Amino acid sequence: MSQERLTGPAAIADISEIPPVVSEWSRFQRVFFQRKLVMFGLAVLLVVVFCAAFAHWLAPYDPYRGNMADSLVQPCWKYLLGTDIQGRDTLSRMIYGCRTVLMVGFITVTVAAIIGIPLGLMAGFFGGISNMIIMRAMDALMGFPFLLLALLLSAVLGGGIQNVIIALSIALVPGYARVMHGLTLSIKENDYILAERAMGASSRRTMFGHVLPNALAPMIVLATAQLGILILAEAGLSYLGIGIKPPGAAWGSMVADGYQYLLSNPVLSFAPGLAIMVVVFAFFMVGDGLRDALDPRLRGLL
Amino acid sequence: MAVVTLWLVTLVVFFAMRLLPGDPLIIFMGESVQSGNMTTEQLAKLRVEYGLDKPLVVQYLTWIAGLVHGNLGTSIHYHEDVGKLMAERFPITLHLGLLAFLIEATLGVLLGLVAAVRRGTWVDVAATTFANIGVCVPVFWLGLLLTYFFGLRLGLLPIAGYTSPFDDFWMSTKQIIMPVVCLAIGSMSFTARQMRSSMLEVVRQDYIRTAWSKGLRERTIILRHALKPSLIPVITVLGISAAMVLGGSVLVETVFAIPGVGRLLVSSIFAQDYVVIQSGTFVIATIIILLNLIVDISYGWIDPRIRYS
Amino acid sequence: MSGLLEVKNLSTHFNTEGGVVKAVDGVSYYVDEQEIVGVVGESGCGKSVTQLSVMQLVSIPGKIVGGEVIFEGRDLLKYPANGPEMRSVRGARIAMIFQEPMTSLNPVLTIEKQMTEMLQLHLGMGREAARYRAIELLGLVGISGAGNRINDYPHQFSGGMRQRVMIAMALSCNPKLLIADEPTTALDVTTQAQLLELMKEMVAKFRTSLIIVTHNLGVVARYAQRIYIMYAGRIVESGTTKDIFSNPRHPYTRGLLRCIPRLDEEKGRRLVPIHGLPPNLINMPPTCAFNPRCGEKSTRCTGNALTPLVHVGNGHYVGCVLNNEEKESEHRV
Repeated sequence: MSQERLTGPAAIADISEIPPVVSEWSRFQRVFFQRKLVMFGLAVLLVVVFCAAFAHWLAPYDPYRGNMADSLVQPCWKYLLGTDIQGRDTLSRMIYGCRTVLMVGFITVTVAAIIGIPLGLMAGFFGGISNMIIMRAMDALMGFPFLLLALLLSAVLGGGIQNVIIALSIALVPGYARVMHGLTLSIKENDYILAERAMGASSRRTMFGHVLPNALAPMIVLATAQLGILILAEAGLSYLGIGIKPPGAAWGSMVADGYQYLLSNPVLSFAPGLAIMVVVFAFFMVGDGLRDALDPRLRGLL
Repeated sequence: MAVVTLWLVTLVVFFAMRLLPGDPLIIFMGESVQSGNMTTEQLAKLRVEYGLDKPLVVQYLTWIAGLVHGNLGTSIHYHEDVGKLMAERFPITLHLGLLAFLIEATLGVLLGLVAAVRRGTWVDVAATTFANIGVCVPVFWLGLLLTYFFGLRLGLLPIAGYTSPFDDFWMSTKQIIMPVVCLAIGSMSFTARQMRSSMLEVVRQDYIRTAWSKGLRERTIILRHALKPSLIPVITVLGISAAMVLGGSVLVETVFAIPGVGRLLVSSIFAQDYVVIQSGTFVIATIIILLNLIVDISYGWIDPRIRYS
Repeated sequence: MSGLLEVKNLSTHFNTEGGVVKAVDGVSYYVDEQEIVGVVGESGCGKSVTQLSVMQLVSIPGKIVGGEVIFEGRDLLKYPANGPEMRSVRGARIAMIFQEPMTSLNPVLTIEKQMTEMLQLHLGMGREAARYRAIELLGLVGISGAGNRINDYPHQFSGGMRQRVMIAMALSCNPKLLIADEPTTALDVTTQAQLLELMKEMVAKFRTSLIIVTHNLGVVARYAQRIYIMYAGRIVESGTTKDIFSNPRHPYTRGLLRCIPRLDEEKGRRLVPIHGLPPNLINMPPTCAFNPRCGEKSTRCTGNALTPLVHVGNGHYVGCVLNNEEKESEHRV
């Protein structure tokens, strides 16, 4: 009777949560690979990566120049998804579109992370006025609809794919900063951080050596979720005509181009849109799977 | 706090425009300067007219002062008073956005509630799947899909345009169905997911167990005991989903050729009409602040702990 | 006096990732009318799950897998968990108060609402009558200014007062049995004492039986007439309070008594804790659960099937191979 713990049904929850003795890695594997949807997402992502990497060899035709004689052809054996007004093969453009998706996605997420994570880390770690200012600014930016923010920023910067990437990165930073900030605050409370300080470790060492690694898992989960949102936003922007324009192969602008021919060649718009949806879904599913596998307690947070 | 948003965004847009390389006057002049038939004198005169000769800070303050008085400037592209342009388009966007928001909020909460209460059953699976897919759908693509099926193929609904409900209610409704659906689906799914996880959390709480021990029936427990506490975190998220609706409206207005603020913003971006962009940003920021205010007030109404502190 | 509640061989299991947890493993006990019974044991011994099982409030992954719960002549387990029969019993015939007063009341509803809903549901009272009665009840449990306080929210009350509200709520429909699951564990000592006195007073006034579930022997010593000692989901000893304290038979009970100081003993006795930890309840074998920690074990103990409770006189039962001299057995455990 020396251990006084919560009794009652809460204790029962304790008992049923006694974990079997397994290693972290095999547990991760088990949880991650057991959900079919997650596997589906992973498969889709692999396909996209594959297409992006080997686009040159996979695409049956040149995505940028079309054969005018074969304009607006319906899907057939020669052109599996048909052609657009300029005779460009839709399938080839879709395959090359994978490149845009991955490029924009990963560059943006990386840049935003490089800026946002240290920002949140420092704000959370040092606290005080600078913390307040930074976080208020981040909150303010986050209040704005993501798409609109990216839209305005890319407008101000001028169009073109580079500026779109910059605009998207800037719009994405507050998300990272906020989550990192929250994580830093909660990790900071842990006793081992206190122990580090007591041992005389410098702030920088504690921050980067201890706080950051513990935040790594949630950050990865966040990144995958952000990728999904990002792809949707980029597609929206290219649909509006900002960013990559034809003859560049971006799924969003392909959807826009197809509108005129909706009645006759619906595939022109349907296919790229469907691709967007499936890829975004894949990213979300993989993100969910990662989150559950890495730490189910994050369920509420992310 | 909300004022910071406003201030920050307007600041960014204002200064970016003037700090970027290139003579801002060129931008202000828009197309007419391309003809190159302006003398240096005339250009200098215009510069003064537009206030571009004054220091940046003064320019900014002048603009703010103008805003406060309701003067949003003159559109470069349309050569009209921006205030007037806004006044024309704002109600349209409001109609679309508000309708979409109300629908997504109610349906989203309902969906999440049903999924949580019937967790694990086919109802839950169907609802969760729907919600999971719903957040992934590109809004503009959905618009095209709906246009294709309901507009072109089945001919049931008009594919573009807007009519005020005060002019022709029936036509207005027919035109607005598809845009509203497009706008609502994404944020509805988001809300539903939040509601579901919030309710699942609430149902595990001690006070729900107390409610069961009192012999109440499930329906009473859900509606009287579990609903309100579940809504508390969802209200936060409603602010975000409202922002989603606003963001999506830009795309939806483009797809369905609805003359709202969003579409104005987009065409202004292409026309490089920075006056409109500035003011448009300001207007949107204001709307968001108002929405957040409503969210904050709702908190107090629902959670008595906040009310009394 | 007739038996109010008779639990026979109740078993509740939890299916977890690691295996089956037999939280309640063949538990039998009874409660008469207007009796105060104590159920004592360590954290995780299953005493709370037992009570929840009686009310069929066990949630997934828990499941009642066997036994009978005979209340007022009917076996409650025969009825569906959320059916009209159970609902008419809960709150109206059996009421329960829980350990955590801070989280057991709904934070967004007024006290009035939370109390009157029971009165309206079970006693068919109208709004005005229910409100009046609720105010009366609050006054009875010692909440001053009840007429005003009834409009307040739970967060405006202290922990002790919330527990009083819970007591008032529980007794509002005149139940025959009140189950108090660790009612005072989360409160400070002074409040504990006040609350226990209040409960004793209330159950006498309402002529309700009371089951006090606790890990604190001191509480049951003062208030309970009979005690059940539980360990690892099973009852290991039962008897009148006097018997248990003066003549504990089971090594676990003896261990418990050695841990606590008593006013009626010599000064300077060392407090001896029971060494070891409570057992892992996953896939428990059907042998003596206390064996690993028992200071009195012998060769007779290991490898035996589980020892049933044996009567050793005067309604005192023990489940230990070494400590039972069989006496005249009664028909009830």
